[in-house]
Parts: sequence; C-alpha cells; structure tokens
Amino acid sequence: MFQIVRSEKLADKIYLMEVKAPRVAKTCQPGEFVIVKTDEKGERIPLTICDFDREAGTVTIVIQTVGASTERMVQKQAGEYFQDFVGPLGNPSDFIKENPEELKGKKYLFVAGGLGTAPVYPQVKWFHEHGIDVDVIVGAKTKDLVIMEEEMKAVAGNLYITTDDGSYGRKGMVTEVVKDLVENEGHHYDVCVAIGPMIMMKFVCLLTKELGIPTIVSMNPIMVDGTGMCGACRLTVGDEVKFACVDGPEFDGHLVNFDEAMKRQQMYKTEEGRAILRLREGDTHHGGCGHCGGED
Amino acid sequence: MDGMKRVPVREQEPKVRAKNFEEVCLGYNEEEAVAEAKRCLQCKNARCMSGCPVSINIPGFIKEVAEGNFAAAAKVIAESSALPAICGRVCPQETQCEGVCIRGIKGEPVAIGKLERFVADWSREHGIVPEKPEKTNGKKVAVIGSGPSGLTCAGDLAKMGYEVTIFEALHEAGGVLTYGIPEFRLPKETVVRAEIENVKKLGVTIETDVVVGKSVTIDDLMEQEGFRAVFIGSGAGLPKFMGIPGENANGVFSANEYLTRSNLMKAFRDDYDTPIAAGKKVAVVGGGNVAMDAARTALRLGADVHIVYRRSEAELPARAEEVHHAKEEGIIFNLLTNPVEILTDENGWVKGMVVRKMELGEPDASGRRRPVEIPGSDYVIDVDTVIMSLGTSPNPLISSTTKGLETNRWKCIVADEHNGKTTKEGVYAGGDAVTGAATVILAMEAGKAGARGIHQFLSGE
Repeated sequence: MFQIVRSEKLADKIYLMEVKAPRVAKTCQPGEFVIVKTDEKGERIPLTICDFDREAGTVTIVIQTVGASTERMVQKQAGEYFQDFVGPLGNPSDFIKENPEELKGKKYLFVAGGLGTAPVYPQVKWFHEHGIDVDVIVGAKTKDLVIMEEEMKAVAGNLYITTDDGSYGRKGMVTEVVKDLVENEGHHYDVCVAIGPMIMMKFVCLLTKELGIPTIVSMNPIMVDGTGMCGACRLTVGDEVKFACVDGPEFDGHLVNFDEAMKRQQMYKTEEGRAILRLREGDTHHGGCGHCGGED
Repeated sequence: MDGMKRVPVREQEPKVRAKNFEEVCLGYNEEEAVAEAKRCLQCKNARCMSGCPVSINIPGFIKEVAEGNFAAAAKVIAESSALPAICGRVCPQETQCEGVCIRGIKGEPVAIGKLERFVADWSREHGIVPEKPEKTNGKKVAVIGSGPSGLTCAGDLAKMGYEVTIFEALHEAGGVLTYGIPEFRLPKETVVRAEIENVKKLGVTIETDVVVGKSVTIDDLMEQEGFRAVFIGSGAGLPKFMGIPGENANGVFSANEYLTRSNLMKAFRDDYDTPIAAGKKVAVVGGGNVAMDAARTALRLGADVHIVYRRSEAELPARAEEVHHAKEEGIIFNLLTNPVEILTDENGWVKGMVVRKMELGEPDASGRRRPVEIPGSDYVIDVDTVIMSLGTSPNPLISSTTKGLETNRWKCIVADEHNGKTTKEGVYAGGDAVTGAATVILAMEAGKAGARGIHQFLSGE
C-alpha cells in the first residue's frame, strides 16, 4: 500500500498527487514513468513522473480522469492509499547521460501540451539544477487548463504560454509558437522535446523536421504490465517494432509512426474506440468497457 | 476392475465448460484415489522418480494413498515439492513420471499427476499447513520473481533456515501461475494463492510492486540491503511477433497480453475495470500450451476460435491433455498453415488473415520435420482478432543493470544447471530467464538447484 501525502485539483479533470513510494523516489529519473493501481479491481494505469523528493521518499504524479479507474483514483484523499504504485519504469531521458558541460553548448526547446506539462516539468527542472536554461512552450485549450505555470516559471529560461482560444498568453497551437520563435523571433534550437497528446506530437514533429530540429517525444500507448511482458505498447519507430515500456517511452519523434500509434490508442482508451469495440463485439463484449481508464 | 485401465477422472462436460471459467478437471475423490493408487506396482527401482524433475518419492506417497493415509502422503510429497496442487494440474506427466511407468507398457500408466493433485487438494481442504522452521540462521537471501522457480527456491531455502524475501514486479504473486495459466486449468484463489500462502508460512516474505533492475538493482540488494545471495527467477520475457504486415493492427495481441488481461486483471469479470477485446472470430497462431490457453480463454469469452499452426498435429508442443480438451470444446485446428499477412479495415482493425498451406519436409535441428510452404496455396481466414503465441525473448531489465552477470547469445542468463551459479558471485538463476520458455516443473527443478547452490555458497562462508 502506498500513502497519498498530498492531493490537489489543478484544473477541470486534472489532479496532482504526491505519493509515498520510497523505492521509486530513490531511483527515478526524468523521463521515466510509474504504474498505479487504485484498488483490487482497478486497471494498471501508466503515468509519467512529474516530480520526486528523494529525502521524503515521495513521487508526484498528475492524473487526468477519463474513466472509472481514474475517477476512483482522484477521489482518494491525502492520507488514503493506492494499492499499487510500481516503478520507475521505462528509460530516463537521454540527456541525463550526457556531460552537463557539453549540454550547456546546446539549446533545448521543450514543448508541453496539456497534461504533457507534468512530464516536461522534471526534465526542465533537471536542466535548471545543472545551471542550464531551456525554453519552454506550454500549450492548453484554454486559460483554465494551463497547469503548473508557477512551478514551470521557476525552472524555465523563457516560458511561452499559448492557448487555443487566446484566453491566456499567445493564441494558437504550440506549433505556431515553435514556428514564430524560430522563423520570426530569431531563436535557434539544437534539440526539441515534445510531450503531449499524440496528435500534437505528430504535428510538432512534422514542423521540426522541416525546420531541421532533432525532436524527442514521449509515447504513452496502451500498456498492461509495463515491464515488457505483454507487448500491448508496441509501436513502429523507423523500420523497427519497439515496446514503449522497455525501449522507451522516449523516441526519435521523426521516426515514430504516429498514425499507427494513434489508431492503436483508440482501442480501449477513447470513447470512440470503446464504441467501435462494443459494435464489433456485440454480445461477446467483455470487461470494463465504457468505464475503462487510461491517460488521454 | 480392469487393472490395465486407470480410474477415469471426472471432468466438466465440454459443452458446459466452454461457457465458464470453472476448472475443467474435477479430480479424484477419496475412493477413486485409493483405487487408482492400488494400481501402482511399487517398483523397487522406481522409474517414475527418475522421470520427475524434482524427484518426488512417487511410490512412497502412492503407497500412503492406497492405504488411506492422505496426510502421510502429503508429507512425502512436501519433502520434494512446495507446489503439488499446481504440479498435479500443469506438469506434462505423460513425458515425465507417467511416461516411464511400468504399468504403461501393457496398459495405462498410473495417474500420478491426478493422485498428486488429490493429495494436495485433500491436505489443503483439511487445513494441513507446512511447519515453519523453529529458528532462522539470520542469513538474508533475495529471490527475484514469484513464479514457480522463485517460489520453489524460496521455499527450500526457508526450510533450511534462511530469511528469504521474494521481490515481485507485478501486483500479485505467482508469476505465470497467476498471469498466464487460466483459471479453468489452475484456479487462482483456491490453488495458486493457497500454495503461495504455504510458502509464506515457511517464513518467506513477498514484496510486490518491485521491478528489480529498475526499482532496485541486484548490486543494491547485496551492498545496501544486506542480502548475502540472490536467486533470479524472473521468467520468460518479451513476446515475439512474426514480423508480417498488419501485425500492429487493432485486434492483434500477444498471448501474454490476452492472458494477462483475462487472468491477472480479471477482464473476464464485469466487476473489474480492465477491458479485453475478446473478439468474435479469433485465430491463435502457435501450437504450445500458451496457445491452447489463449484459444480456450477466447472460446470462453464467446468467440469461435481457430488454432493456426505451421506443422502437423504430431509436432504440437502442447500437452496432449490440453489439445484433447481444446478439441472437445470445439476449437478448430488449422494445421500445416502459416500466416503471411493480417488484413485491416479503414480504422486499422483486423478484418482477416491471409494464410499459406505448408507441407512437412526433412527434419530440422529440433528433430521435427521442417514445414515447407506450398506455393499458390494462400487463402483468407475470416477473423477479427489474432493472438500471437510464438514464444518470448529474454527481458533485458536485470541483465542490463547487473554488473558481471553474463548472458549467452540468445540473451538468456548463463547459469550452471546443477546449482544455478551465474558468472556473478552470490548470484544464482534458473527457470525461463536461463532456459527460455519451458515448463512450470522445469522451472521448479531449477529453483531447487538454485537453493542447493545458494546453501552451498552460504554455508561454506
């Protein structure tokens, strides 16, 4: 059992939770993820690590509710427990293996979309702790859905916020900001890290390919065990089939087959996918459908 | 009674069981068990014992059963095995103990597996629990993985007085016994959990949700957490796929995923959150025990199921009993057939599978006749779900994070089969992590060997 020490609503359907998980907190790194299971009947839900405190033995996650399992998850209050909290899983971001002195010569751009702000935060924080300023774009649909702005401001170099409806910061998609920064505002970037909904990562990658900026993305496909055993999280990267859990979750975004990944994600994760399943399966349809969880 | 024939074992009717997840085989009652036990010839040079990977005193326990001393029979088995209710259900007895039984020369061999199962079930139902050693020797040993090899190794070491902690990556203990083998063949609550509880009663601690190699490394366990030796029983690994077009379509699963959703996550029950796309028309590719398990699970979830296997029936690697049960339940076998492409609709879902007919050629390295494609024989099977059951390749999580632990060219951990010794001092290994995918009982044999090796190492300190 893993105790929740802090629970906070960040925005509509988005919650932050800090959980006591000493083994995870001791070894986790930016880029890795955990799997959380609320109770006996819950799903195993993969969530990227948003922050950690090695001394307190806690790990922070951000959850967006999409179904029964995530609903039950966010109803938990500080002081209550998750049945399972396992990790860290996946591989750390590549840059942590690089020499910080050499990294200082490279300019990083982070692009965070919606909930993707949470996994971007520990990466930006890592750079900050190593004395390196990185630029960060945070995109959201509307002002109320911008999360972790203060935290991000404290660790980012330049922080650009953009909303689809223009209710806060710049107006428009994150891709427009990337384009403006590079083409109109004279910025140069050596590496881009884009984390958010798959459709956002796809379009960021199309743009950065054009702009010649190598781009890393963090994939969050359907998973069951998260340790390589089930193969549900497989995706095509270049000519190869990779497992997001043991080979990723971060990949060269210019090689990822996003169209296939998005189709696969439809399967259980979206209402549309679940509707297709119901339709195809009729009376053989089983298990949890219509209320299954998973990250958007 | 005709001594040539074994006492038949009661089973659920195929038509009934095809629609439920209850256990297929109902096992012997006391009367049947005694009658079957009396068929044993009590050979002095018992060939069955040498056929048993964990060397259970088979004539010994059967003699007790024949005399109605079931508790004494359980004691005899417990000397060699910590998981008899499991082995009695899933061991391939026909190629082991029963395969060499003298009774089998002229008639049917003694039903050793069914008798073992009877004794284990009887002792559980009568509340017989293993005795915890009076005191421990204070030496800590870590076991990685709570599957058959890990549980066996941990049980043996605990009996010798070691303080054993098992680290399990998933949220439930049992490894393949929990996530892989289905309920209808190996009931989870009554059999698997009960035998795991018995191992715990020997003094073994199980910590779930720990992925060794990620949550903690073997070096940390030994250097920081005081474990004097480690046994790696981390199991098989990553599912293989064929590499054919359409394999990433929605509706294509590894058998591991399909079975894990159903067995571990209980997706077959509507009160659990995890979904499973059961399918209406399912093709399972492969011919092993895992393929049979996946096929029979899909059948119970309401699908019409085909097994697609590239060799002929004689080469099916699955246990004879599983193939027999699968056929009885109505699974269709497309033998000498190999998939070449999975067809998808505009939304990326499976809508059919192109297969090619095969014929058997010359024997290959495995001694089995090699399947050869018949040109121009392609046809389409109408399916909406494909389950790939082609075996696994080793998981790199432990080997890549442990200094000095060597792997072979198949990336399996190198370990001595007699004592489990690896290339790293104090670290032992066994089961599928060493051999590649094999059986429960072979993993148990490796767990026993590892326990012996660790005892030698730590008692010689």
